[in-house]
Amino acid sequence: MLTKRIIPCLDIKDGRTVKGINFVNLRDAGDPVELARQYAEQNADELVFLDISATEQKRKTLAVLVRKVAQAIDIPFTVGGGISSVDDVAILLQNGADKVSLNSAAVKEPELINKLAAQFGSQCIVVAIDARQINGQWMVHLVGGKVPTKLDLFEWAREVAKRGAGEILFTSMDHDGTKTGFANKALARISEEVNIPVIASGGGGNLQHFMDTFIHGKADAALAASIFHFGEISIPRLKKELKNKQITIRI
Amino acid sequence: MNIVLVDYGAGNIQSLKFALDRLNVDAVLSSNKNEILAADKVIFPGVGEASSAMQKLESSGLDLLIPELTQPVLGICLGMQLMCSHTEEGDTLGLGIFDVAVKRFKSDVKVPQIGWNTITNMKYPLFHNIKNNEYMYSVNSYYAALCKETAAQTQYGLNYSCALQKNNFYGVQFHPEKSSKAGSQLLLNFINLNL
Repeated sequence: MLTKRIIPCLDIKDGRTVKGINFVNLRDAGDPVELARQYAEQNADELVFLDISATEQKRKTLAVLVRKVAQAIDIPFTVGGGISSVDDVAILLQNGADKVSLNSAAVKEPELINKLAAQFGSQCIVVAIDARQINGQWMVHLVGGKVPTKLDLFEWAREVAKRGAGEILFTSMDHDGTKTGFANKALARISEEVNIPVIASGGGGNLQHFMDTFIHGKADAALAASIFHFGEISIPRLKKELKNKQITIRI
Repeated sequence: MNIVLVDYGAGNIQSLKFALDRLNVDAVLSSNKNEILAADKVIFPGVGEASSAMQKLESSGLDLLIPELTQPVLGICLGMQLMCSHTEEGDTLGLGIFDVAVKRFKSDVKVPQIGWNTITNMKYPLFHNIKNNEYMYSVNSYYAALCKETAAQTQYGLNYSCALQKNNFYGVQFHPEKSSKAGSQLLLNFINLNL
């Protein structure tokens, strides 16, 4: 049986790991390569690196980091943050990234999804969607959730799947950093509307939240950051407890 | 030992090179026919789209070379699929080493399959020291059906061949280079094959 995945997310700025609450107040949680190695040892199923730095050196720094991570770990990892061209993707994949995650660039240029899927295959193209509810409607947001768009979450999810995305990483900005659970209703609806895997992100704070997102949210994978980085939840223990609760999980 | 990773421009060969580095196994990336012919072991990777990968093989003549190899050959993911007779992806004729067709998963399951799935009914020696129901990491929209060359099975909507073997040719659908310790064991088993 295909297992549900537990995915720690490492936010990267200038080659270091950071994670904020609601994307502000950054705290330093260490060396990304060391953290990656630790997570692989702890049986994390996959890792996501999100580069939030905005320097001119960014592309080069990120490629170097990706290479170091790929050398160090034997589980798959995804890289995202500011990816906006075929060249950006090529350099990351060449250095050993397994998948890339697109966000704003996909909204600005939806055709980019088609191009990347045609060139590299859908299997390595993740589209990250950040959304929050405005007057009861889930609206896609950009720039770490700061800039609203006119896109409806579910319509956009259908479109990215149709254009060749291999996976959707959905972050609820309403839940991110709150540790009150994932946006399970919206997640379940995405899973009904598209036939590609969906990663739940934003709001995971305890075992029950992960249980709920796999069962009620129909998520294929669940992503979290600070609760793992700061040891609030240990991945081996989380996975063991999920397995005890009959969730299909890799121990 | 002389190990060659066939480098024909189809996908992320670097991860495989790094995985072998971690096992202290030297391997060279090459598309040179003589180097491939002279290798003790050949690994034939690949990710991406089948018809364009097949075109790359054909343009370098490797489509004729690979089926003639007599040393152990391990196809991985798309590499394995291209070793089959035909794939529905791009309606592409394969190398015809394995006598099985590759089909797309039906929409009763999410496509692509992404993640860790269990393997069963494994055949030796490729799966030496790997336990039944071990987890391997796969990313695939297409699968090889069960056939007489099936060397291990995985269930995803249906049971399919997650590994194939015929004579000196081996193939795995999953990514051993991304499948933690069990994946490393499989790579070592292949490297240590005596043939």
